[in-house]
Amino acid sequence: MFRKVVTEQYPKEKLPTAPRFHGRHQLNRWPDGLEKCVGCELCAWACPADAIYVEGAENDDSVGPDGETGRYSAGERYGRVYQINYLRCILCGLCIEACPTRALTMTNEYELADDSRASLIYEKSDLLAPLLPGMEQPPHPMLLGNDDDYYRGEFKGAEQ
Amino acid sequence: MSTDFYADASDTAEGRVFTVTGQDWDEIAADLGEGDAAERIVVNMGPQHPSTHGVLRLILEIEGETVTEARCGIGYLHTGIEKNMEFRSWTQGVTFCTRMDYLAPFFNEMTYVLGVERLLDIEDQIPEKAQIMRVLLMELNRISSHLVCIATGGMEIGALTVMTIGFRERELVLDLFELITGLRMNHAFIRPGGVAQDLPPGALDEIRSFVALMKKRLPEYAALCNANPIFKARLENVGHLDLEGCMALGLTGPVLRSTGYGYDLRKAQPYCGYETYDFDVQTWDTADSYGRFRVRLNEMHESLKIIEQAADRLARLEGAPVMVADKKIAWPSQLSIGSDGMGNSLDHIRHIMGESMEALIHHFKLVTEGFRVPAGQAYVPVESPRGELGAHVVSDGGTRPFRAHFRDPSFNNLQAMGLMSEGGQIADVIVAIASIDPVMGGVDR
Repeated sequence: MFRKVVTEQYPKEKLPTAPRFHGRHQLNRWPDGLEKCVGCELCAWACPADAIYVEGAENDDSVGPDGETGRYSAGERYGRVYQINYLRCILCGLCIEACPTRALTMTNEYELADDSRASLIYEKSDLLAPLLPGMEQPPHPMLLGNDDDYYRGEFKGAEQ
Repeated sequence: MSTDFYADASDTAEGRVFTVTGQDWDEIAADLGEGDAAERIVVNMGPQHPSTHGVLRLILEIEGETVTEARCGIGYLHTGIEKNMEFRSWTQGVTFCTRMDYLAPFFNEMTYVLGVERLLDIEDQIPEKAQIMRVLLMELNRISSHLVCIATGGMEIGALTVMTIGFRERELVLDLFELITGLRMNHAFIRPGGVAQDLPPGALDEIRSFVALMKKRLPEYAALCNANPIFKARLENVGHLDLEGCMALGLTGPVLRSTGYGYDLRKAQPYCGYETYDFDVQTWDTADSYGRFRVRLNEMHESLKIIEQAADRLARLEGAPVMVADKKIAWPSQLSIGSDGMGNSLDHIRHIMGESMEALIHHFKLVTEGFRVPAGQAYVPVESPRGELGAHVVSDGGTRPFRAHFRDPSFNNLQAMGLMSEGGQIADVIVAIASIDPVMGGVDR
């Protein structure tokens, strides 16, 4: 009774989670803005709850009439449709362990509560990391060299 | 007939059903009148009852305040986990079984993984560090589970402070789990071949300060409960079950040890190197609810001893591997944390995408279809906080279990509920159930 209480004053005072906390997913970009996801579907394969739906498509490097290309990622393919159903997701993290390009990561964000089922199926646009200074909205050609350079870790990207 | 909206009587095929809401006993007794109905009263307690430890339904036949027959209604939390595991890879199975006994997730993972490792015949290849981390996590888990048992058991007899301080301490354990695995419950951290990740920096210091704090806090429970006359009056000689009864019904864990028989799988059939740790098996000789409370309280002290020893060993194993070396089995990932969150490390990406074709093939094969496990069956039980927890895993040589059945101690121990409660009063049923400490997630699966 005469000791300090252990209560936290959420939401006025939000204590940060542990660094490894499994929170909302994020789809990352290379420093030039291209998506890291190559549509390989390994995250969907690894998912024990079948919460991830991926549809891949080919990148297209041919130049259109206005000089635009159809390149979204730094590989042959990219994830055209990418959905995570947070009503199914058990946040085990097998998807991020399966991702061979560090396209999919888990952030520490945990405030996912919403009032409709439909809004809890996150689309690619909800999951993609925001464009940082120096990044260009895809589609655009690879600006950092050929695709080997990307995966050999020459560009440190967001991890540092 | 009662005019109370909630406590009206209705006719069913089995007879009249009354809903009792309190303070209406006289009216109901008057309605019952004379005859058969007045002599035999069957009361339903649960499945939504704050004192039945989750969704457990008790069917009590009472005579006045005395319980003449007690039966359990279970299955309200049956989710078909065992069936679902047959359609997932061996590694994915860990994410399912961790959700069975949700207060002891690491024990569920451990017994399943030990079974898989025995089938794979890699038991002697598991890195030392992985084994020590498993022991460390299991003993932390044992403390958190016993704390919930004591806390909810206290709450059910009306000792609310026991509950609040119990959950206060459990929160510290969950914080440690969050630090190490990233999740507070349902970790899926122990994997076939090792554990998912190495300890994060600073974890050992956190664990040591937790042990130091617990050594101060655990005596508070003893001071509050051990000699408390009300606590003793409620618990002593309640839920009595002697060694013979335990043996006949297959009871294990604190209930068995409260009869004075020091049976503990960590000593009787050591796994994960438990034979190399210094600890004692705790027993009591009263075979009642009070003895089970004391056994659990003492076991938490023993767990602290094991955690200290494990932390000392881990301090010497900085940077040692935590996953088996065989790349055809080892789960292919190296997580690291960056400003974009947690994902595979750039080193690992460079290795699989830029350097090693073989590593990339292993990565794809293990993630999509998983590894094959030789045909056969294995049962490797562990001592969970509730008793002998075992997974009987059967493989037909494929990439997923042919069958995985769990021997959950809560289920077996619950069979003794009738024997413990019959002849006692209704209030004693609650105490007897709390002393078994069933977790319905494990009972129903």
